[in-house]
Amino acid sequence: MATVTDVPFGTLLRQTDARRRRTDLLMRVLIIGAFLLAMVPLVSVIWTVLANGLGRFDLYFLSVSMRGVFGGMDAGGIYHAIVGTVEITLFAALISVPLGLMTAIYLVEYGTGLLARMVTFFVDVMTGIPSIVAGLFAYAFFAVFFGNGVRMGVVGSVALSVLMTPVVIRSSEEMLKLVPNELREASYALGVPKWLTIVKVVLRTSVAGLVTGVMLAVARVIGETAPLLITVGVVDSINFNLFDGRMMTLPVYVYRQFSQGLVPCSSSSTDVCIADINFQRAWAAALTLILIVMLLNLLARLVSRLFAPKTANH
Amino acid sequence: MAQRIEVKDLNIFYGSFRAVADVSMHIAPRSVTALIGPSGCGKSTFLRTLNRMHEVIPGARVEGTVEVDGTDLYGADVDPVAVRRQVGMVFQRPNPFPTMSIAENVLAGVRLNNRRISKTDAADLVEQSLTHANLWTEVKDRLDRPGSSLSGGQQQRLCIARAIAVKPQVLLMDEPCSALDPISTLAIEDLIAELKDDYTIVIVTHNMQQAARVSEKTAFFNVEGTGKPGRLIEMDDTRTMFSSPSQKATEDYISGRFG
Repeated sequence: MATVTDVPFGTLLRQTDARRRRTDLLMRVLIIGAFLLAMVPLVSVIWTVLANGLGRFDLYFLSVSMRGVFGGMDAGGIYHAIVGTVEITLFAALISVPLGLMTAIYLVEYGTGLLARMVTFFVDVMTGIPSIVAGLFAYAFFAVFFGNGVRMGVVGSVALSVLMTPVVIRSSEEMLKLVPNELREASYALGVPKWLTIVKVVLRTSVAGLVTGVMLAVARVIGETAPLLITVGVVDSINFNLFDGRMMTLPVYVYRQFSQGLVPCSSSSTDVCIADINFQRAWAAALTLILIVMLLNLLARLVSRLFAPKTANH
Repeated sequence: MAQRIEVKDLNIFYGSFRAVADVSMHIAPRSVTALIGPSGCGKSTFLRTLNRMHEVIPGARVEGTVEVDGTDLYGADVDPVAVRRQVGMVFQRPNPFPTMSIAENVLAGVRLNNRRISKTDAADLVEQSLTHANLWTEVKDRLDRPGSSLSGGQQQRLCIARAIAVKPQVLLMDEPCSALDPISTLAIEDLIAELKDDYTIVIVTHNMQQAARVSEKTAFFNVEGTGKPGRLIEMDDTRTMFSSPSQKATEDYISGRFG
């Protein structure tokens, strides 16, 4: 710092660092490029599903099952699959949310020492379970009571909850940790017991984040195919009962329709025969699945906004 | 409403580390007692043992007795939750509940405990507590606005209103003005002067002038070095402490000649 430059101060301020500018530009281009690259599959999926699915996507398709539909008939829908997917996923959430939330509360509010570390470790392990293994677990578990070949909606729910619970635990844990300790102390200092502090301050403050986490977990499992294929099976007619018999679900429906492939239409027959009807149904069902997930996300956002902590500027 | 506090041979631990050693102290009812001392001397830790907030931290424990009106707070049959209803606390940083409105924040001690309260009683309690905290005129037209919409000084007064709404006997304040500007600080100090007619107040402060302004008694805590426990060096009338303290360390600290 010994030298004092004769350069005027204004010039010092206006000096440009060409190297830094080049790097800045390069990084900018790279990051925007990476973003656009990541958008390609997303846009492509949405485009393809819309292009192929919209043709068959109508009220009729949403409101009938596949009962009595065969060959290239211009008929059949996904009502039974929507019923199955909604019921099975909801029941899976019914199992996973209390279980996951209470585990997260234990880990954040109570857990110390070996047990908490073990729970955290096994949650990590559970996150990595392949979905087909979860399906096999649920199947084997119910086979003990109902014998081999058991297929019920609830078995699928259990399989999905095995996949969903660790996701719920992880996201809820993060959300609960975000609640400032000062709020807990403020509550204790008012003579509020710990359990009421957790229920009315900690959960209430973090409810928006908790709902978002649960929705992400639902979105994660709603598209599962493999575990449902072996636990719930395939059926053509409507079944509302989770505890009795096979049910159809949207992902399995898509798989099923797709694997049936082209219909061999004979030119001699006078009946209407659409050769690629199975593909059309598969795409339309896929479109429905995406719409359901989007609807759930929208709902979650609404709930989050409703419960978000009140801020100063509105 | 106010009670005396008698502390005998209090040792405070975090796990195996002794943070505060051998404190004995008498605090008179309806008085303001200031705790001063350098950072890390254990004055905040000591304050938190007076309403059993200390043990919220894992591994924290206490030896010795803290008697409020003759009852040991650490007695086997004493419920820490009940203690905290009798001994309220205001924290360093204002911490209104972000999900609640101004009125709901004042009623938090009632509502969070699932106690039922009629609409008129609730309105009375809100007005009374906010008036007591010198905040009523500023917020009476926007009680349903979020507590976080207030300024820092107002938020701290809201926290004081929240603390006195549960009608405690003793009010503990842990550096209540350290995050506030001088005007808000003055408002809180005026408030402390009014509150001492009804409550026994113990306040931790880093601000020597504040201790001199608001308190009748001052206790000086000090620590010899890191890893050593903090100790109560001396406690006396505030006027005596600031004019002719009996200990050299106190004089050094108060006059600013301290490390």
